[in-house]
Amino acid sequence: MLFALTAVMHCVLPPFYFRLIGRQMLDIGYYSLPVVGMTTLFSGMVLALQSYSGFARFSAESAIATVVVLSMTRELAPVLAGLMVAGRVGAAIAAEIGTMRVTEQIDALTTLSTNPFKYLVVPRILAGTLMLPLLVLTGDIIGVFGGYIVAVYQLGFNPGTYIKNTAEYLEFIDVVSGLVKAAVFGFLISLMGCYHGYQSRGGAQGVGAATTNAVVSASILILIFNYVITGLFFER
Amino acid sequence: MSQTPKIRVRGLKKSFGPKTVLNGVDLDIESGESLVVIGGSGSGKSVLLKCILGIIQADAGSIQIDGEETLGLRGRERERVMRKFGMLFQGGALFDSLKVWENVAFGLIQGRGTAKDEARRIALEKLAQVGLGEAVSTLSPAELSGGMQKRVALARAIATEPEIIFFDEPTTGLDPIMADVINDLIVACVKELGATALTITHDMASARKIANKVAMIYEGRIIWHGPVERIDASGNDHVDQFIHGRADGPIQMQVTRP
Repeated sequence: MLFALTAVMHCVLPPFYFRLIGRQMLDIGYYSLPVVGMTTLFSGMVLALQSYSGFARFSAESAIATVVVLSMTRELAPVLAGLMVAGRVGAAIAAEIGTMRVTEQIDALTTLSTNPFKYLVVPRILAGTLMLPLLVLTGDIIGVFGGYIVAVYQLGFNPGTYIKNTAEYLEFIDVVSGLVKAAVFGFLISLMGCYHGYQSRGGAQGVGAATTNAVVSASILILIFNYVITGLFFER
Repeated sequence: MSQTPKIRVRGLKKSFGPKTVLNGVDLDIESGESLVVIGGSGSGKSVLLKCILGIIQADAGSIQIDGEETLGLRGRERERVMRKFGMLFQGGALFDSLKVWENVAFGLIQGRGTAKDEARRIALEKLAQVGLGEAVSTLSPAELSGGMQKRVALARAIATEPEIIFFDEPTTGLDPIMADVINDLIVACVKELGATALTITHDMASARKIANKVAMIYEGRIIWHGPVERIDASGNDHVDQFIHGRADGPIQMQVTRP
């Protein structure tokens, strides 16, 4: 908790290492694209298939497009992307910072008059918080596209009708709530990675434990916060 | 003594849980002096060093640097005091994501805002000073041998021309010849900078070479402190046992005997 406050404080106070923030954004954002893309593509596809087989029982096949786009933007894209990125990026952050901790590189930063929070933690947290919404937005589009492919090419829907149905019931708030979730998840992933890495002790085993803890705690927090944010947005 | 010591430590205490590591350390280091602290493994040498650097927060006592109390300094104030320091870490602690020259130039670029070209020039100069050529400067630290890493770390420690340099077991893990090369480099660098040096080691050959003065730490206290020439006639059984490396004596290692 104290760690989170210190980290946030350093996020808003200068000096900033823009080059490092840029590199982390590339690392966390761009290089996670394939993983997030694959995840959301197949989720969109399977969603179309599942809802078709379900809705066909009471002839509500036309609702498939709406089901796909709403589930993707509100829930699946942020949560699945969050979990995948937690595995990919959260683990990498914890392992890197943990190794720097046990090999005294973090102490070395301090002796070279560089604040490790500003140099290591802030760029990762900023990059995580900024890049995950972009990833999720991309994931939304890819997921809807996955649903479209299955509906049109496999289930024989009319392309025009499908797109019209997709757009018809989609509201701005659906997308925004997903992106807000993504930003919170991105923050949590990098925070957990940094925190567990920073606290790691005792050589290779310590770094391994830190990596596991980072991924597990980030995943659980994502699921908890997913519920909380959904409640905030859609509970009347 | 009228002159304020460069570093004055008084009544320094530090415990980790129930284990007391430093139990009232008193130590003065005069400006321009090279003090070597000797002591067995687990005697609190490293913790003492890190407390003075502020990497570990001491529980009680006083640490004055140039007469200024530094215990409890934080943030910007801490960074300002850190600018006086250079430190050579036991494992080198080179940043493996950066090239060799970027490691050496790190304190100049990040800590002091030196321009990149200028910092690179100084880094190459310092690398030459520790006997490493320009070809090495673009390698990554992982590609270097242990001795070379130690020399890069030394170049990084002296790059900002600090007033005080700390050496944490500079010769550990090196062969005797490379160890002596490092000792020579340390002596040369400290002399050239006119810096105050504090070294912790359990390598007596290294201690004799680097030190003007020697202090021995045992059970969290300084039990002997004197010029290096007098170490063989210290009149202290603990020191005698340590410098001659005898298993029997007043210092009993925690070894379970069958």
